Amino acid sequence: MIESPTITPPQAAVPRGRALRQGLLANPLLTVGGALVLLIVLVAIFAPLIAPFPGDAGTATHPFQVLKPPSAQHLFGTDQVGRDIFSRVLYGARVSPVIAVIVLAIACAIGIPLGMAAGFLGGWVDELIMRVTDIFLAFPPLLLALALAAVLPASLTSVTIAIAAVWWPWYARLVRGQAASVAGRPYVEACRALGVSRLRIIFRHILPNSATPLLVQISLDVGGVILTASALSFLGLGAQDPVPDWGLMVAEGQSYFTPDWWLVTYPGLAILLTAFAFNLLGDGLRDLFDPKRSFLP
Amino acid sequence: MLVFVARRIALAVVVVVGVIVVTFAVAHLVPGDPAATWAGPHASAAQIARARRFLGLDRPLVVQLFSYLAGISRGNWGVSIHTHRPVLSDLLTAAPASLELVISALLLAVVTGIPLGLISARRPGRPADQLIRAGSILGVSMPIFWMALILQLIFSQRLKLLPAAGEYSPGLLFSHPLVKRTGFPVLDSVLGGNWAMLGSTLDHLILPAVVVAAYPAGLIARMVRAQVLDTIGDTHILNARALGFGERQIFAGFAMKLAWTPVSAALALVFGYSLVNTFLVESIFDWPGLGSYAAVSIATLDTPAILGVTLFVAAAYVTANLVVDLVQAAIDPRIRLR
Repeated sequence: MIESPTITPPQAAVPRGRALRQGLLANPLLTVGGALVLLIVLVAIFAPLIAPFPGDAGTATHPFQVLKPPSAQHLFGTDQVGRDIFSRVLYGARVSPVIAVIVLAIACAIGIPLGMAAGFLGGWVDELIMRVTDIFLAFPPLLLALALAAVLPASLTSVTIAIAAVWWPWYARLVRGQAASVAGRPYVEACRALGVSRLRIIFRHILPNSATPLLVQISLDVGGVILTASALSFLGLGAQDPVPDWGLMVAEGQSYFTPDWWLVTYPGLAILLTAFAFNLLGDGLRDLFDPKRSFLP
Repeated sequence: MLVFVARRIALAVVVVVGVIVVTFAVAHLVPGDPAATWAGPHASAAQIARARRFLGLDRPLVVQLFSYLAGISRGNWGVSIHTHRPVLSDLLTAAPASLELVISALLLAVVTGIPLGLISARRPGRPADQLIRAGSILGVSMPIFWMALILQLIFSQRLKLLPAAGEYSPGLLFSHPLVKRTGFPVLDSVLGGNWAMLGSTLDHLILPAVVVAAYPAGLIARMVRAQVLDTIGDTHILNARALGFGERQIFAGFAMKLAWTPVSAALALVFGYSLVNTFLVESIFDWPGLGSYAAVSIATLDTPAILGVTLFVAAAYVTANLVVDLVQAAIDPRIRLR
């Protein structure tokens, strides 16, 4: 018997071992997505070892190397102050993907307890929390994030706060739905009748039942947060100069990009590849874990 | 049905008022002093104080909020600090350009997304399906500001096939003046029989519309595929097959019919998203719409304008959702019971 209220995914919902391996083979998009995500994580961790010019991720300037086209020495060329774009793109894997992780952690930290309270307690608590999320969900997320980031001082912290502030309602919604459906099941009623505490019911039964859809949603949202953060940085509301943020690099390269196309092209490709990788992974995981949505034989 | 309509409209009003309160709260976090901006860079302290009283900024925040709410209901959305014109008239001048862009993008997304979704659902798991799925995920993963720059680079700078920026060639205004009727350049050219201008406006529309369409097209293709696959095993489809209907009719007719409800709901959603996405694209294509207006008002800390453009887009989004809900309820009575 497990005594501590640890969060474990439900046994039945997760295909394990052989089934998982077969699922991976049958779903090449998931496999490609997973491999790409792994690659991005490795690049983020080992950027200082892989990058040919690690100093160029910071304030280094090379006035005699300015705006050089891609070559064997500078794979992606150099930027307006002579920094190696390849090195900066590699270091960029440490910026917006990390922001995405922090944003989603904050969104979960706010959304999960609120959704749990709404779904489990019901009544006016539910009504109040859900009407507030209705109002937040009435904005396209980028709109409110943009308004927030516009009034906060331009920095990566502001971007993180602005996006987290608009992202949590989605998690409150998701968890509320899960909590409400589990709270009504006979075994939870039996727990209540046995005098099991509410907290124990939440941690032992409701949270584990919500873990799979939550994980799928998180993996689907990483791409969206990265795109939003890059967009805010592109508009000048986020990262500031020496930070090797991909969105900022596209914005800075914009004034040089005819004829010096490499300044914009490579950082943008990095955003596209990262969002694509996480969306492939999330999409694949959803198919894998949701038998109703799994269309492959 | 009447009760449903009344409830839906009441909910929409509550949401819009909530949106105003939230944006109002956000806008008043602004660290700058709007009165100082309004009065100009060399204004004296006394002039700034007068400006503050004139703009009503010396009153308590709650009073300001209520007078703002009252003003909005009377069509007074405040005066832009940057342009010194009423915000609502600024917005109405800018809106047609953005709407024209978003509507053409959504049309493009529907005519590409639906067929792709259907082809994908025909043989799930086969190479064509995998390719279309990867393509549609690529569409929703696209940083559109980057796509705008890259398409501009390829099609206007290098290949010189399409114009880089603007709504039409300004030179044409001398030989073929554009008579303003609706404010939508494409529509005005058609109404005025101005074919030279129509060609120019369509040429200018292609690149921005393709960029804005990337996300909705990918989303629609994914939704159509998922919906069609969900219904393809249903008994009525089996019946249709037994009755000898061809596969093409079964997919495009029977299965697609059921897919329309979620697809139209998604259209309302992506309408709002695309309207915000114009904020990223319009300045690149020098498109004189809401996005360019928003960019300027953010750069100048123009609070009434930021509030106005946020509210305008949120209201457009809520309205689009409301219309779709009501149309769906009219078609499908089951929705009214939820």
